[in-house]
Amino acid sequence: MSLSESLKSVTSGARSVSRLGEALGNQSRSVRWSFGAICVLALYLLPWWPNVPVLGWIVETPGTSFPSVLTDQVVIFVLVALGLNVVVGLAGLLDLGYVGFYAVGAYTVAILSSQHANLPWLVCMPIAVLVSMLAGVILGTPTLRLRGDYLAIVTLGFGEIIRITANNMHWLGDSRGISNIATPPSIGPLKFGVLDAKPYFFLGLTIILIVIFLLRRLENSRVGRSWNAIREDEDAAELMGVDTFKFKLWAFAIGAAIGGLAGSLYAGKVQFINPSNFPLQLSILFLAAVVLGGAGNMWGAIVGGALVAWMPERFRGFADKRVFVFGVALVLVMVFRPQGLIPRKIRKERWLESWKPSTGTALRDKE
Amino acid sequence: MRDWLIYRTFWDLTVTGVALGSIYALVALGYTLVYGVLRLINFAHSEIFMIGTFASLITATNVLGLPMLEAGEYPYRTGFQLVLILLACLLGSMVLSGAGAVALERAAYRPLRGSGDQFGAVVLAFVSAFVVGLIFFDTPKSNLIFGIIGTGPIAWMYLNIFRRGRQAPRLAFLISAIGASTAITEAVAIWGPRDREQYQTPRVLEKKTLFKLFGTDIRIDYVIVIIGALLMMTALLLFVNRTRLGRGVRAVAQDVETAKILGVNVDFVILITFLLGGVMAGGAAMMFTLVYDQSKFNIGFLLGVKSFTAAVLGGIGNLKGALLGGIVLGLAENYGSALFGGQWKDVIAFVLLLVVLMFRPTGLLGESLAKARV
Repeated sequence: MSLSESLKSVTSGARSVSRLGEALGNQSRSVRWSFGAICVLALYLLPWWPNVPVLGWIVETPGTSFPSVLTDQVVIFVLVALGLNVVVGLAGLLDLGYVGFYAVGAYTVAILSSQHANLPWLVCMPIAVLVSMLAGVILGTPTLRLRGDYLAIVTLGFGEIIRITANNMHWLGDSRGISNIATPPSIGPLKFGVLDAKPYFFLGLTIILIVIFLLRRLENSRVGRSWNAIREDEDAAELMGVDTFKFKLWAFAIGAAIGGLAGSLYAGKVQFINPSNFPLQLSILFLAAVVLGGAGNMWGAIVGGALVAWMPERFRGFADKRVFVFGVALVLVMVFRPQGLIPRKIRKERWLESWKPSTGTALRDKE
Repeated sequence: MRDWLIYRTFWDLTVTGVALGSIYALVALGYTLVYGVLRLINFAHSEIFMIGTFASLITATNVLGLPMLEAGEYPYRTGFQLVLILLACLLGSMVLSGAGAVALERAAYRPLRGSGDQFGAVVLAFVSAFVVGLIFFDTPKSNLIFGIIGTGPIAWMYLNIFRRGRQAPRLAFLISAIGASTAITEAVAIWGPRDREQYQTPRVLEKKTLFKLFGTDIRIDYVIVIIGALLMMTALLLFVNRTRLGRGVRAVAQDVETAKILGVNVDFVILITFLLGGVMAGGAAMMFTLVYDQSKFNIGFLLGVKSFTAAVLGGIGNLKGALLGGIVLGLAENYGSALFGGQWKDVIAFVLLLVVLMFRPTGLLGESLAKARV
């Protein structure tokens, strides 16, 4: 009984979160800003949450140190979910090989900072983002002209090709992988080493906040509206003059860039990567994160990413059964809440309001 | 050096490639059928195949009492007895795979289509109660009892919160499929007969050379696989093209709404589609164990991905395409790994798919479960 109850409480919790968002939207600017600032502060204090009485019992991860769960899992998954959400949620392209871009990012940093050159992480990271973006364009140009479901299998293949290539090429460190990858540079008291995971968390969180900010701008721009149109009806969008191929390629490239960013962060944290870090199953977990949270809604993707990363660590008590429980949970959530935990808001109300002066009353009466 | 290698073993590679390709083709049929009817990539189909390999093992050892494979000591059988054992294994795999596919449809997909019913609710409720039981109990037996007791009330509750008449977005089906696939794999790994170990199935068929072709020995198991796959394929084609139910399948594939108006029981047709796919996968699984004598809890994953690739290669939704795609893929993999080395085997499959899609975006034979499809 308690599972379905907790499921219900999760869904009602998600509902109240979205209601809270609406309530905040009606507040004045200063109230909104200060609320945002408190939230951001709370997020930066996340590594210390397990020490808080009740909250600590909820978030703690038995058997693993909480800050390292945050950096190795949660930050990476949230960043990846944000990127994949652009591809899957906003543009409606099914990408099953997202781990490929993640691997490209990680491997670029690894090659440039350890295997074949000695560049610092800060130089490698932008290059990694660009290289994965390029990979996205190279993969997208021939495949985005195909129909949606073929895209799924082609991207799936791409993810596998990247992994197998890394596994078999000596130049890429073959199956032994690449070690001694550069860490981000230490700034003052923030020392990026092996002992303390917190600095990586602060760095990752900052990157996530920047990405959120940029994506918000993008979503409300011409590009974002084109994605909306393509997702809802590609043929109609094409007819209305949207260059669908161009914008799909944009979505693919931006998604790939964020995936590469996550990969470079991961490589900088663990300092050692090998092909088995990038299995096909990871792609599927990434996609599960986005859809579980609510495809198309950035906040949903963030929550989904965090949940998928954190839940298996929280329920270590289940030991080897947690993956099974995770699978069952995915089915149950999809059966009872197929739009995801925090669904995309449909902006109907706002449209109605903008029509109010002329046709508003008639519409109101109908409703 | 490599050229010489492929020349010498060319016919050998061809025979094994066609045999492997036949197995791909049979599994691909399940993907293609479900995709044709529901436009859904049934990600969990690979697990249906995996269940089939386990069913074959259970039939052979637990039901028929054959000993496990041990070094140098095979429980060979001959004549009538051999045929009976093989048929029993085939029946076991087909029944269990078919049942698995049906349960999957009703529990994980049908509620998403907005027509969730008691059966799906009971399956979902049992699994939920079982998961809750994991918190309190340690032994599988008490878990099971707790699951059975909890099923009733939870199923009743689920029935009340099913979203009747509301179709979920397409992505939700895919995630549900992924969840089901994960859950089935893990369940077999945890509570299955062989944990996470790879296991060997008893080899009852002595793998003799049947005849020589172009200087290559043709082994009897390859012949059985190829002929068996062709027979099953023919039976399926006859069913879909000649029977009343098959007409229903084609009608739903063509246009769900019109089929509904014309009196086709859409949910039943979908059930039949899954059943057919499951039975084909079960047959493929039995033949797989016949050739390779082994299986593992995660055997389905890569094989499933390859089979789906085969389905797309031949033209998804097209039954003959699945056969062609499977065999082309099996051959390409074998020749490719002889040319470039075995470690590139999986890359070859995907590169082939990319190239074909680039020049023939609807696959080799085009998509046509219903013939008049856009």
